[in-house]
Amino acid sequence: MGIIKAKQLVHEYIRRDEEGNTIGINRALDDIDIDIKKGDFVAILGHNGSGKSTLAKHLNAILMPTEGTLWVNGYDTKEEDNIWNIRQSAGMVFQNPDNQIIGTIVEEDVGFGPENLGVETKEIWKRVEESLQAVGMLEYRSHSPNKLSGGQKQRVAIAGIMAMRPECIVLDEPTAMLDPNGRKEVIRTISQLNREEKVTVLLITHYMEEVIGADKVIVMDEGKIVMQGAPREVFTRVEELKEYRLDVPQVTELAYELRKNGLAIPEGILTVDELVSEIARL
Amino acid sequence: MIRDITIGQYYPRDSFIHKLDPRTKIIGTFIYIISLFFFRKFIPYLVVFGFLGLVIKTSEVPLKHILKGLKSIMFLLIFAVVFNIFLTPGDILWKWGFLKVTRQGLETAGFMAIRLVLLIMGSSLMTFTTTPNHLTDGLEKIMNPLKKIKVPVHEISMMMSIALRFIPILLEETDKIMKAQMARGADFESGNLIKKAKSLVPLLVPLFVSAFRRANDLAMAMEARCYHGGEGRTKMKPLQYHKQDGIAYVILFGYLAVLVIVKLISPF
Repeated sequence: MGIIKAKQLVHEYIRRDEEGNTIGINRALDDIDIDIKKGDFVAILGHNGSGKSTLAKHLNAILMPTEGTLWVNGYDTKEEDNIWNIRQSAGMVFQNPDNQIIGTIVEEDVGFGPENLGVETKEIWKRVEESLQAVGMLEYRSHSPNKLSGGQKQRVAIAGIMAMRPECIVLDEPTAMLDPNGRKEVIRTISQLNREEKVTVLLITHYMEEVIGADKVIVMDEGKIVMQGAPREVFTRVEELKEYRLDVPQVTELAYELRKNGLAIPEGILTVDELVSEIARL
Repeated sequence: MIRDITIGQYYPRDSFIHKLDPRTKIIGTFIYIISLFFFRKFIPYLVVFGFLGLVIKTSEVPLKHILKGLKSIMFLLIFAVVFNIFLTPGDILWKWGFLKVTRQGLETAGFMAIRLVLLIMGSSLMTFTTTPNHLTDGLEKIMNPLKKIKVPVHEISMMMSIALRFIPILLEETDKIMKAQMARGADFESGNLIKKAKSLVPLLVPLFVSAFRRANDLAMAMEARCYHGGEGRTKMKPLQYHKQDGIAYVILFGYLAVLVIVKLISPF
């Protein structure tokens, strides 16, 4: 069993009127089966309302499954006693960098998680230093988070999760509120952590460019998993992706259009360099 | 304009006073404030002035910076002084129509002014030399015994530090909303007081909505980072008394002793 495993996971948001009668059921997750291996970098893609954020909240035991079961690091999320173990195993980074930083100084914010876990003072300092180092923010340790850029704040938030020594980091659209530079900065940090610290990464996003480096891509639509595989496999199915209201990376789309118009370019081009060398070959 | 609001802002220096434990500073300030009110003679105030001057000197916070803080209470000060001078009954020194100045009135007004100025200067010195985080940590530690009677000490201090963290964010947001509404023709500047107050309503509604949304997000983020109250929580920066705190306490009691002696022997 992998670090995250879902079996026929279902989540329903139930809307009720004032008297508590059910007036509508919204099935946000519908029969999800996933199995994520330790150390993988998995990207979850989906349009707004596809259920990807609902899934993320399950991984941190913020929401409970309506039906089915979800195991995080072997703990069943339905059991109340496991909640802190789950939250320690699967750290979560949210969308808005301002609303998840608690400390008034960078290092104090990074120390917040370990403090909650009851880690010893000396060990907290060690972890804070290591985590800030890992995201490249060590020189800002005594700054106020208000003075940092969006990308830097998000890196501090990631460091705050890393300091809890999780097995897995779940990032729920961490770049949605950032400018292109901040976005690159955050994605670079995430993939570096995955490579060097061997943390399992689950990146939820709707930016295609960010998932190219992933080991596996899962595409969701209307609460169901509709496609999964390596990025190269998924991105060859341009038409299908468009049906799910997702874009493919511009280069891939260009390559696809060129091929459709009769040029001998292979499927699954992901980077500009690849396309350039293919065109040069012609 | 709105960003000029500052609440007892920390003045970073590396002085003896800055390095003191926040508990020492809180207790010290508390004792100092009480000491302002236990005599009605002028000479002991010279001791207080001397003591305050000494503390300001060691704190390395420029006097000008501290005096700036007095500006905000100017109105209150003038108000209190004027009322005390003219409305206190007693031996009449000067009379004009219904206005009369009495000896007792002058005395009360004088004490009032001195006490207010010393009070503000002393307590603002504490916030100038202590970071907000230290201050809340210190308060939490001092109020710790209250836990026994079910006062949520940890929660209060957590709330205070979160509030401090969000003040600049909410100010920035207010600024943004104001600009957005000004761009669409809202007028915050002209009109009388009532009109001005009314024009703030469209500002407050979105601000409140966003503050609640932020609070919701923050609570989720805190829970995701395993926050579950003060129980079983360790501290990254635990408070510890050092040698300099001992020295500070000795000086503080020295000051009190001198004050009591002066109070007993001084004729005025």
